Amino acid sequence: MAAVEHASSPPGAHQTSTGLDNAKVAMWAFLSSEALLFGALISTYLLYRNRVPTGGVKPSEVYDIPFTSVSSFVLLMSSLTMVLALAAIQRGDHHGARVWLLATALLGMTFISGQVYEFTIFVKEGFTVRSSPAGSAFFVLTSFHGAHVTVGILMLLSLVSMSLRGQLPTERATTVEYVGLYWHFVDIVWIVIFTIVYLIPSN
Amino acid sequence: MTEQTDVPQMQAGQQVALSGVEHAHPGPRTYIAVAIWLAIATAAEVALYYVDIPDGLFIGALMFFMVVKFTTVVAYFMHLKYDARIFRRLMVTGISLAIAVYMIVLTTFGLFR
Repeated sequence: MAAVEHASSPPGAHQTSTGLDNAKVAMWAFLSSEALLFGALISTYLLYRNRVPTGGVKPSEVYDIPFTSVSSFVLLMSSLTMVLALAAIQRGDHHGARVWLLATALLGMTFISGQVYEFTIFVKEGFTVRSSPAGSAFFVLTSFHGAHVTVGILMLLSLVSMSLRGQLPTERATTVEYVGLYWHFVDIVWIVIFTIVYLIPSN
Repeated sequence: MTEQTDVPQMQAGQQVALSGVEHAHPGPRTYIAVAIWLAIATAAEVALYYVDIPDGLFIGALMFFMVVKFTTVVAYFMHLKYDARIFRRLMVTGISLAIAVYMIVLTTFGLFR
Protein backbone atom coordinates (compact mmCIF):
# COMPACT_ATOMS: atom_id res chain seq x y z
CA MET A 1 0.00 0.00 0.00
CA ALA A 2 2.67 2.43 1.05
CA ALA A 3 4.76 1.50 -1.95
CA VAL A 4 1.86 2.22 -4.27
CA GLU A 5 1.23 5.60 -2.70
CA HIS A 6 4.89 6.41 -2.95
CA ALA A 7 4.97 5.34 -6.57
CA SER A 8 2.00 7.31 -7.82
CA SER A 9 1.61 10.34 -5.53
CA PRO A 10 4.05 13.24 -5.65
CA PRO A 11 5.68 14.39 -2.40
CA GLY A 12 3.37 16.65 -0.45
CA ALA A 13 0.23 15.49 -2.21
CA HIS A 14 -2.73 14.27 -0.19
CA GLN A 15 -3.04 10.50 -0.10
CA THR A 16 -6.17 9.39 -1.92
CA SER A 17 -8.11 6.17 -2.39
CA THR A 18 -6.94 5.89 -6.00
CA GLY A 19 -3.31 6.67 -5.26
CA LEU A 20 -3.61 9.66 -7.60
CA ASP A 21 -3.30 13.31 -6.65
CA ASN A 22 -6.87 14.63 -6.91
CA ALA A 23 -5.72 18.18 -7.74
CA LYS A 24 -3.65 16.83 -10.64
CA VAL A 25 -6.60 14.82 -11.95
CA ALA A 26 -8.71 17.99 -11.70
CA MET A 27 -6.06 19.99 -13.59
CA TRP A 28 -5.96 17.41 -16.40
CA ALA A 29 -9.78 17.39 -16.57
CA PHE A 30 -9.75 21.22 -16.73
CA LEU A 31 -7.14 21.16 -19.51
CA SER A 32 -9.26 18.64 -21.44
CA SER A 33 -12.21 21.05 -21.29
CA GLU A 34 -9.89 23.84 -22.44
CA ALA A 35 -8.85 21.68 -25.41
CA LEU A 36 -12.52 21.54 -26.44
CA LEU A 37 -12.83 25.34 -26.08
CA PHE A 38 -9.79 26.04 -28.26
CA GLY A 39 -10.87 23.29 -30.69
CA ALA A 40 -14.13 25.17 -31.19
CA LEU A 41 -12.34 28.51 -31.71
CA ILE A 42 -9.81 27.03 -34.18
CA SER A 43 -12.62 25.28 -36.09
CA THR A 44 -14.54 28.56 -36.28
CA TYR A 45 -11.46 30.32 -37.69
CA LEU A 46 -10.98 27.56 -40.30
CA LEU A 47 -14.60 27.94 -41.40
CA TYR A 48 -14.52 31.77 -41.60
CA ARG A 49 -10.96 32.58 -42.67
CA ASN A 50 -11.97 33.12 -46.31
CA ARG A 51 -15.06 35.17 -45.47
CA VAL A 52 -13.80 38.63 -46.28
CA PRO A 53 -15.91 41.25 -48.12
CA THR A 54 -14.76 42.27 -51.60
CA GLY A 55 -11.81 44.62 -51.26
CA GLY A 56 -11.36 43.66 -47.60
CA VAL A 57 -8.09 42.60 -46.02
CA LYS A 58 -7.50 38.84 -45.85
CA PRO A 59 -5.72 37.45 -42.76
CA SER A 60 -2.89 35.98 -44.86
CA GLU A 61 -2.18 39.45 -46.34
CA VAL A 62 -1.27 40.94 -42.95
CA TYR A 63 0.57 38.09 -41.25
CA ASP A 64 4.23 38.79 -40.50
CA ILE A 65 5.60 35.23 -40.39
CA PRO A 66 9.17 36.08 -39.29
CA PHE A 67 7.83 38.17 -36.38
CA THR A 68 5.30 35.52 -35.28
CA SER A 69 7.99 32.82 -35.62
CA VAL A 70 10.13 34.67 -33.08
CA SER A 71 7.09 35.01 -30.75
CA SER A 72 6.45 31.27 -31.09
CA PHE A 73 10.09 30.53 -30.28
CA VAL A 74 9.86 32.75 -27.18
CA LEU A 75 6.77 30.88 -25.93
CA LEU A 76 8.40 27.50 -26.63
CA MET A 77 11.45 28.48 -24.61
CA SER A 78 9.20 29.62 -21.75
CA SER A 79 8.11 25.98 -21.46
CA LEU A 80 11.76 25.06 -20.95
CA THR A 81 12.23 27.64 -18.18
CA MET A 82 8.97 26.48 -16.57
CA VAL A 83 10.07 22.86 -16.41
CA LEU A 84 13.50 23.95 -15.09
CA ALA A 85 11.68 25.87 -12.31
CA LEU A 86 9.84 22.68 -11.35
CA ALA A 87 13.07 20.64 -11.41
CA ALA A 88 14.74 23.30 -9.21
CA ILE A 89 12.04 23.34 -6.53
CA GLN A 90 11.85 19.54 -6.51
CA ARG A 91 15.54 19.39 -5.58
CA GLY A 92 15.12 22.14 -2.97
CA ASP A 93 16.80 24.93 -4.94
CA HIS A 94 14.36 27.75 -4.11
CA HIS A 95 16.51 30.57 -5.47
CA GLY A 96 16.87 28.70 -8.78
CA ALA A 97 13.13 28.05 -8.87
CA ARG A 98 12.38 31.76 -8.41
CA VAL A 99 14.84 32.71 -11.17
CA TRP A 100 13.29 30.23 -13.63
CA LEU A 101 9.73 31.22 -12.67
CA LEU A 102 10.58 34.89 -13.24
CA ALA A 103 12.26 34.02 -16.55
CA THR A 104 9.10 32.17 -17.60
CA ALA A 105 6.92 35.16 -16.66
CA LEU A 106 9.24 37.54 -18.58
CA LEU A 107 9.14 35.32 -21.68
CA GLY A 108 5.35 35.23 -21.37
CA MET A 109 5.26 39.04 -21.14
CA THR A 110 7.49 39.25 -24.23
CA PHE A 111 5.05 37.02 -26.11
CA ILE A 112 2.06 39.15 -25.03
CA SER A 113 3.88 42.36 -25.98
CA GLY A 114 4.52 40.87 -29.41
CA GLN A 115 0.87 39.96 -29.76
CA VAL A 116 -0.27 43.47 -28.81
CA TYR A 117 2.22 44.96 -31.32
CA GLU A 118 0.98 42.54 -34.00
CA PHE A 119 -2.64 43.49 -33.31
CA THR A 120 -1.90 47.22 -33.67
CA ILE A 121 -0.25 46.58 -37.05
CA PHE A 122 -3.22 44.50 -38.21
CA VAL A 123 -5.70 47.20 -37.16
CA LYS A 124 -3.65 49.88 -38.96
CA GLU A 125 -3.77 47.76 -42.10
CA GLY A 126 -7.57 47.44 -41.88
CA PHE A 127 -7.83 43.91 -40.48
CA THR A 128 -9.93 44.34 -37.33
CA VAL A 129 -12.34 42.33 -35.22
CA ARG A 130 -15.23 44.07 -37.03
CA SER A 131 -13.83 44.17 -40.57
CA SER A 132 -14.97 40.66 -41.55
CA PRO A 133 -16.04 37.27 -40.15
CA ALA A 134 -12.40 36.23 -40.71
CA GLY A 135 -11.23 39.13 -38.53
CA SER A 136 -13.73 38.26 -35.80
CA ALA A 137 -12.67 34.61 -35.76
CA PHE A 138 -8.96 35.49 -35.77
CA PHE A 139 -9.10 38.09 -32.99
CA VAL A 140 -11.40 36.00 -30.76
CA LEU A 141 -9.10 32.97 -31.08
CA THR A 142 -5.80 34.77 -30.54
CA SER A 143 -7.20 37.06 -27.81
CA PHE A 144 -8.53 34.06 -25.87
CA HIS A 145 -5.07 32.53 -26.10
CA GLY A 146 -3.47 35.81 -25.03
CA ALA A 147 -5.84 36.00 -22.06
CA HIS A 148 -4.75 32.50 -21.04
CA VAL A 149 -1.08 33.51 -21.25
CA THR A 150 -1.83 36.59 -19.12
CA VAL A 151 -3.54 34.45 -16.45
CA GLY A 152 -0.49 32.15 -16.55
CA ILE A 153 1.86 35.12 -16.00
CA LEU A 154 -0.19 36.21 -12.97
CA MET A 155 0.01 32.68 -11.54
CA LEU A 156 3.80 32.60 -12.10
CA LEU A 157 4.26 35.95 -10.35
CA SER A 158 2.08 34.70 -7.48
CA LEU A 159 4.36 31.66 -7.15
CA VAL A 160 7.42 33.92 -7.01
CA SER A 161 5.72 36.04 -4.34
CA MET A 162 4.77 32.91 -2.32
CA SER A 163 8.33 31.62 -2.59
CA LEU A 164 9.79 34.93 -1.38
CA ARG A 165 7.47 34.80 1.66
CA GLY A 166 8.53 31.21 2.39
CA GLN A 167 5.11 29.80 1.50
CA LEU A 168 6.40 27.49 -1.21
CA PRO A 169 8.49 24.80 0.49
CA THR A 170 9.75 21.75 -1.41
CA GLU A 171 6.77 19.78 -0.05
CA ARG A 172 4.49 22.08 -2.07
CA ALA A 173 6.34 21.56 -5.35
CA THR A 174 3.08 20.14 -6.71
CA THR A 175 1.70 23.72 -6.80
CA VAL A 176 4.45 24.62 -9.27
CA GLU A 177 3.68 21.43 -11.21
CA TYR A 178 -0.02 22.40 -11.60
CA VAL A 179 0.86 25.90 -12.83
CA GLY A 180 3.43 24.25 -15.12
CA LEU A 181 0.78 21.97 -16.62
CA TYR A 182 -1.36 25.02 -17.37
CA TRP A 183 1.59 26.90 -18.88
CA HIS A 184 2.64 23.98 -21.11
CA PHE A 185 -0.96 23.60 -22.24
CA VAL A 186 -1.02 27.25 -23.32
CA ASP A 187 2.21 26.51 -25.23
CA ILE A 188 0.82 23.46 -27.06
CA VAL A 189 -2.30 25.42 -28.02
CA TRP A 190 0.01 28.02 -29.62
CA ILE A 191 1.90 25.25 -31.45
CA VAL A 192 -1.42 24.34 -33.10
CA ILE A 193 -2.47 27.98 -33.73
CA PHE A 194 0.90 28.91 -35.24
CA THR A 195 0.75 26.03 -37.73
CA ILE A 196 -2.94 26.04 -38.62
CA VAL A 197 -3.69 29.76 -38.49
CA TYR A 198 -0.42 31.40 -39.57
CA LEU A 199 1.51 28.92 -41.71
CA ILE A 200 -1.12 26.97 -43.63
CA PRO A 201 -2.38 29.15 -46.49
CA SER A 202 -6.10 29.93 -46.65
CA ASN A 203 -6.47 29.05 -50.33
CA MET B 1 -18.75 -12.38 2.07
CA THR B 2 -20.24 -9.00 1.16
CA GLU B 3 -19.03 -7.21 -1.93
CA GLN B 4 -16.54 -4.46 -1.14
CA THR B 5 -17.90 -1.18 -2.50
CA ASP B 6 -16.29 1.47 -0.34
CA VAL B 7 -13.79 3.39 -2.43
CA PRO B 8 -11.49 4.16 0.52
CA GLN B 9 -11.04 0.43 1.06
CA MET B 10 -9.80 -0.34 -2.44
CA GLN B 11 -6.97 -2.81 -2.59
CA ALA B 12 -3.43 -1.90 -3.59
CA GLY B 13 -3.74 -3.93 -6.80
CA GLN B 14 -6.74 -1.88 -7.87
CA GLN B 15 -4.81 1.32 -7.22
CA VAL B 16 -1.98 0.13 -9.42
CA ALA B 17 -4.48 -0.70 -12.17
CA LEU B 18 -5.88 2.83 -11.94
CA SER B 19 -2.72 4.78 -11.63
CA GLY B 20 0.03 2.65 -13.11
CA VAL B 21 3.57 3.23 -11.98
CA GLU B 22 5.09 6.71 -12.01
CA HIS B 23 8.71 6.94 -13.14
CA ALA B 24 11.25 9.55 -12.09
CA HIS B 25 11.14 12.79 -14.08
CA PRO B 26 14.10 13.52 -16.38
CA GLY B 27 16.80 16.06 -15.49
CA PRO B 28 17.64 19.52 -16.89
CA ARG B 29 19.91 18.03 -19.61
CA THR B 30 16.99 16.14 -21.12
CA TYR B 31 14.78 19.25 -20.93
CA ILE B 32 17.40 21.36 -22.73
CA ALA B 33 17.83 18.67 -25.42
CA VAL B 34 14.04 18.61 -25.90
CA ALA B 35 13.96 22.43 -26.17
CA ILE B 36 16.71 22.37 -28.83
CA TRP B 37 14.72 19.78 -30.78
CA LEU B 38 11.57 21.97 -30.51
CA ALA B 39 13.52 25.00 -31.76
CA ILE B 40 14.85 23.00 -34.74
CA ALA B 41 11.35 21.73 -35.57
CA THR B 42 9.97 25.30 -35.43
CA ALA B 43 12.79 26.53 -37.68
CA ALA B 44 12.02 23.71 -40.13
CA GLU B 45 8.33 24.69 -40.15
CA VAL B 46 9.16 28.32 -40.92
CA ALA B 47 11.71 27.30 -43.58
CA LEU B 48 9.06 25.18 -45.29
CA TYR B 49 6.86 28.29 -45.53
CA TYR B 50 9.42 29.87 -47.87
CA VAL B 51 10.09 26.76 -49.98
CA ASP B 52 8.12 26.28 -53.18
CA ILE B 53 6.66 22.79 -52.80
CA PRO B 54 3.24 21.31 -53.69
CA ASP B 55 0.44 22.33 -51.26
CA GLY B 56 -0.31 18.74 -50.24
CA LEU B 57 3.30 18.06 -49.29
CA PHE B 58 3.61 21.45 -47.55
CA ILE B 59 0.49 20.93 -45.42
CA GLY B 60 1.45 17.31 -44.68
CA ALA B 61 4.93 18.33 -43.52
CA LEU B 62 3.55 21.17 -41.36
CA MET B 63 1.01 18.85 -39.75
CA PHE B 64 3.78 16.31 -39.09
CA PHE B 65 5.96 18.90 -37.33
CA MET B 66 2.96 20.24 -35.39
CA VAL B 67 2.02 16.78 -34.09
CA VAL B 68 5.63 15.95 -33.21
CA LYS B 69 6.09 19.26 -31.32
CA PHE B 70 2.76 18.84 -29.53
CA THR B 71 3.57 15.26 -28.50
CA THR B 72 7.08 16.20 -27.38
CA VAL B 73 5.87 18.99 -25.06
CA VAL B 74 3.12 16.78 -23.62
CA ALA B 75 5.44 13.78 -23.14
CA TYR B 76 8.49 15.53 -21.69
CA PHE B 77 7.52 18.95 -20.31
CA MET B 78 4.07 17.85 -19.05
CA HIS B 79 5.67 14.55 -17.92
CA LEU B 80 2.96 12.39 -19.46
CA LYS B 81 5.62 9.90 -20.50
CA TYR B 82 6.63 9.47 -16.86
CA ASP B 83 3.36 10.02 -14.96
CA ALA B 84 0.68 7.53 -14.06
CA ARG B 85 -0.98 5.82 -17.02
CA ILE B 86 -4.41 7.23 -16.25
CA PHE B 87 -3.29 10.79 -17.09
CA ARG B 88 -2.09 9.57 -20.49
CA ARG B 89 -5.41 7.84 -21.06
CA LEU B 90 -7.32 10.98 -20.03
CA MET B 91 -5.29 13.11 -22.44
CA VAL B 92 -5.41 10.70 -25.39
CA THR B 93 -9.14 10.08 -24.95
CA GLY B 94 -9.91 13.80 -24.64
CA ILE B 95 -7.80 14.85 -27.62
CA SER B 96 -9.06 11.99 -29.81
CA LEU B 97 -12.66 12.88 -28.95
CA ALA B 98 -12.07 16.59 -29.63
CA ILE B 99 -10.38 15.87 -33.00
CA ALA B 100 -13.21 13.50 -34.02
CA VAL B 101 -15.94 15.97 -33.02
CA TYR B 102 -14.36 18.96 -34.79
CA MET B 103 -13.47 16.97 -37.92
CA ILE B 104 -17.14 16.00 -38.16
CA VAL B 105 -18.17 19.64 -37.65
CA LEU B 106 -15.69 20.92 -40.27
CA THR B 107 -16.74 18.22 -42.76
CA THR B 108 -20.42 19.02 -42.17
CA PHE B 109 -19.80 22.71 -42.88
CA GLY B 110 -17.91 21.85 -46.07
CA LEU B 111 -14.35 22.86 -45.17
CA PHE B 112 -12.85 19.95 -47.13
CA ARG B 113 -15.00 20.39 -50.24
